Amino acid sequence: MSFVQVRNVFQTYGARPILERVNLDVDEGEFVSIVGASGCGKSTFLRLLLAQETPSRGAIRIDGNQPAEEPGRERGVVFQRYSVFPHMTVRENIVAGESFARPPGRFFGAARKAAQARADETLDRIGLSHVAGAYPATLSGGMQQRLAIGQALVARPRILLLDEPFGALDPGTRLHMHDFLMELRRQTGMTVFMVTHDLEEGFKLGDRVLVFDKTRWDPDYPDSYGATITYDFDARNNGIPFQTPTTPDLLEDPHVLSA
Amino acid sequence: MRLINRKPGRAASAALVLLPFAAVALTYVIASDIRLAANPADKLLPAPSHILETAQRLFTEGDKRSGRILLWHDTLASLRRLAFGVGIASLSALVLGMAIGLLPYARRTFNSFIGVVSMVPPLAVLPILFIIFGLGETAKVALIVVGITPVMIRDLANRTLEIPHEMIVKAETLGASSLVIALRVVLPQILPRLISSIRLALGPAWLFLIAAEAIAAELGLGYRIFLVRRYLAMDVILTYVIWITLLAFVMDYALRLLSRRLFPWTGASL
Repeated sequence: MSFVQVRNVFQTYGARPILERVNLDVDEGEFVSIVGASGCGKSTFLRLLLAQETPSRGAIRIDGNQPAEEPGRERGVVFQRYSVFPHMTVRENIVAGESFARPPGRFFGAARKAAQARADETLDRIGLSHVAGAYPATLSGGMQQRLAIGQALVARPRILLLDEPFGALDPGTRLHMHDFLMELRRQTGMTVFMVTHDLEEGFKLGDRVLVFDKTRWDPDYPDSYGATITYDFDARNNGIPFQTPTTPDLLEDPHVLSA
Repeated sequence: MRLINRKPGRAASAALVLLPFAAVALTYVIASDIRLAANPADKLLPAPSHILETAQRLFTEGDKRSGRILLWHDTLASLRRLAFGVGIASLSALVLGMAIGLLPYARRTFNSFIGVVSMVPPLAVLPILFIIFGLGETAKVALIVVGITPVMIRDLANRTLEIPHEMIVKAETLGASSLVIALRVVLPQILPRLISSIRLALGPAWLFLIAAEAIAAELGLGYRIFLVRRYLAMDVILTYVIWITLLAFVMDYALRLLSRRLFPWTGASL
């Protein structure tokens, strides 16, 4: 059975269908890019994966678990903005990734010291140790997103959801963030879903690229049908299928050719 | 150059800040002069030097009968009522505002109710408060609470709702319970808003305090003003008014300073 299982999912807002008949199987460790025109339901699909919304029909299961009713530690998320807590320093933001799950929401004494030491290790890894004591508002957009990703990963989610994470960044910073994300992925083997409106980014980072679109179209009532997955590209090896290497050890790491 | 793009320099800025104050002072001095020239015993617009003398006497000399310096006792009594009133209002506004902003059940229960309650003119219920709580301290504190709490609750509820939903969802994905989200995500972000809400509420709070004191009190800044009004003691009234203004200004300034000191993260932004 696949790791993430989406079965016959429909989502309607009032009388207006947004998504219909969405089926998807994703293996553990896959990086799935989700693209489509605006209003095609890709963000809705991400919210469903996040369990921020529950589908009107169908179910989404992770690792065969019961469909979730609300967001939890199984799912990590990074939004385009507002993904870090502005009133906490960079280090506290990382510690929050661990401490929020405990009842008082913070550590005391020795546990606090230990958590801060672990946070400093994480900050070293994501290259933010030099701003550990700063508040997020003083960081650049790229650094804030790096912090947001680091914070999400500290909670050890089963899947990581990215909602246009680099949409607000300038092109140069975006390229750096791509490298950063690929590096983290290589280290953690995380299953990732990323919504993006940048096709190039989708194909560059993803193992698969899903395209959401409407399959039926009523010119008199454009809202009468919802969108579904219309294409499911194999995007490994820069999305060129016939170059797929047959050597098993190369298949293990899909980034050998794209690196 | 367009008028909207013209900016005063440093010296001009200082002069412009002082200008309205100077204008008011000058108007008063001239008007007072004219009246005093016509009638040296005039009590309505006493000369500034006379007010200064009175102020000195009020701040330093004790009452002839009791020997207490009444101005300080008045100030203490008023500030205590104000502190209790604003304190109780802030605390309940914080708790209820956060609850309404965070919990859909609390929102459904209280939102319309508070919307209606905030329309009740507080001074109209003052007689009820005096009847229920008697003429003591409780009724005065209660008037301040009744007067400013509904507005503060609405303000803080709105501020809570303004916190980006992404942040709440992010906290959920980190495994935070409702309580942890309230205490670790919402409360720290709402506290600076609480201080600005208190700053806005201080004006009405003084209004209700003085209104309550004017009607029934034995001590207090508002009580004194309305007491000496019977003797047309404008010098005392003006001293008290300036003193109250100064107190209010200092409070406002202190709160602003406190907010900047306590919440350094609100200021810095790229």
